[in-house]
Amino acid sequence: MTIKKMSPEELLALDKFSVDEGNPHILVDKAICAKCTARPCLVVCPARCYRLKDEQVNFEYAGCLECGTCRVMCTDKGVTSWNYPRSSFGVTFRCS
Amino acid sequence: MPEDKFDAIVVGAGPAGSACAYALAKVGKNVLLLERGNTAGSKNVSGGRLYTYALELLEPDMYKRAPLQRKIVREQIMLLNERGATTVDYYNPDFGKDVPQSYSVIRAELDEWFAGEVESAGATVASGVLVDGLIEENGKIVGIRSGEEEMRCDIVVAADGVNSLLGQKAGLFADVRAHAVGVGVKETIELADNLINARFGVSDSEGAARIGIGCTDGISGGAFLYTNKGSVSLGIVFNPEQAAKQQRPIQEIFQDFKMHPAIQPLIEGGTSVEYGAHLVPELGYEGIPDRLYREGLLVVGDAAQLGINTGLIIRGMDLAIVSGLAAARAIEKAGNMADAGPLYMKQLEELLLLANQRAYKNFHNIFEISRIFNEYPKLANDALQFLFTVDGKVPKPTLKGLLAAIGKNASFGGIAADGWKAYRSL
Repeated sequence: MTIKKMSPEELLALDKFSVDEGNPHILVDKAICAKCTARPCLVVCPARCYRLKDEQVNFEYAGCLECGTCRVMCTDKGVTSWNYPRSSFGVTFRCS
Repeated sequence: MPEDKFDAIVVGAGPAGSACAYALAKVGKNVLLLERGNTAGSKNVSGGRLYTYALELLEPDMYKRAPLQRKIVREQIMLLNERGATTVDYYNPDFGKDVPQSYSVIRAELDEWFAGEVESAGATVASGVLVDGLIEENGKIVGIRSGEEEMRCDIVVAADGVNSLLGQKAGLFADVRAHAVGVGVKETIELADNLINARFGVSDSEGAARIGIGCTDGISGGAFLYTNKGSVSLGIVFNPEQAAKQQRPIQEIFQDFKMHPAIQPLIEGGTSVEYGAHLVPELGYEGIPDRLYREGLLVVGDAAQLGINTGLIIRGMDLAIVSGLAAARAIEKAGNMADAGPLYMKQLEELLLLANQRAYKNFHNIFEISRIFNEYPKLANDALQFLFTVDGKVPKPTLKGLLAAIGKNASFGGIAADGWKAYRSL
């Protein structure tokens, strides 16, 4: 079988990213997320950038597909700032 | 970066922005088209179908130059249950005649071509430039900011996509609300053309478009499959609010759909080459903000939340192109840029864009009928299972068997209520 169920990591490995090291385009306030019970980000982020780690919401911007779902869905406004990556950074789609 | 003042600066080289910049350049305007991706299309994801009339409206025969994939002559609807599927396949060769009605597209190719057309028409195109602010003076928008740089113009056209941070910064509308959008995920799967042709019953230039329901864990939403040249676009669009209320990540629901016994054989032998995601405006006419302009700024395309989704027809790129053309015509006609906004709204009417949006005004209410996404696809499969099953036992009387298939999935009261809601929405 050439077609397989793929993990988020495998899916993101298909894409081309240029990561703006040390300069996240989305800022997340962990203190706010700690109090959030709904945590929609854990299931709605298509790139699974939001994961639970020691009961805390951990955000990793490197694999962000820049869709905006987390900003739109964030109930307690733990996503304190959402921008596109700076010029020339972020994901590059070649055949979508 | 050019430093002169432009007649217009268009932000975003998707179909809306490129259509606008193209039409403006063609009438001799000094236009700057800015794109945040390193090439136009490199930040863009869509299911993948363009209705051709929009390009025809911009310029007759332009579509012949475009890197379009396959002309869609098969429209398919797939109702899935756990392991099976009921598929309706509507073949109409006339959809491919003369100017074919629609084509599957790959945005990286289409948008890059379109931006090239804009440049050939005489506009300045700059990629890899993120616009992060607007310049406002005396209550008017007079230019844009990108990092340290400022560029000035008579009018800015915000074609910056569904998240439209520029429209928000200009105070035209609030941020996108969760109930107003769908979140789409998509995999592009390379697949040999001979396999695509055989599996979908099409010739080299023809293609199929398929929508699927019953594959979203009951979440309001649906799957899509478009055949391209040498690849297939497969994805699902979910209502994010409903997705958030259950446990499974949407990416995982999508991967299970890809491996569904009725889907996997269609793409087997293929290679996954890209994974993308994007928000889609879902409210149709009701989702369009009250204000799409202020002095010095027009908002077009996804940024204006234009979109039509009837469950069968999914439109975005065509509306984007038409709105871009409307903005260009408004700018061309406006003697004073203060008139451009009202003229833009008038053009949206004249080009029938708003009439199209209004025609499907209540369709999004249908997607509140939750049984569409779970019980009804199951019902269809249960009914067909009963009708097609032969096992040597004495079968139930036909009517009784069918009623059992229905009763297993929904009450008659519930079906009547859903029917009434659907009737009211259509």
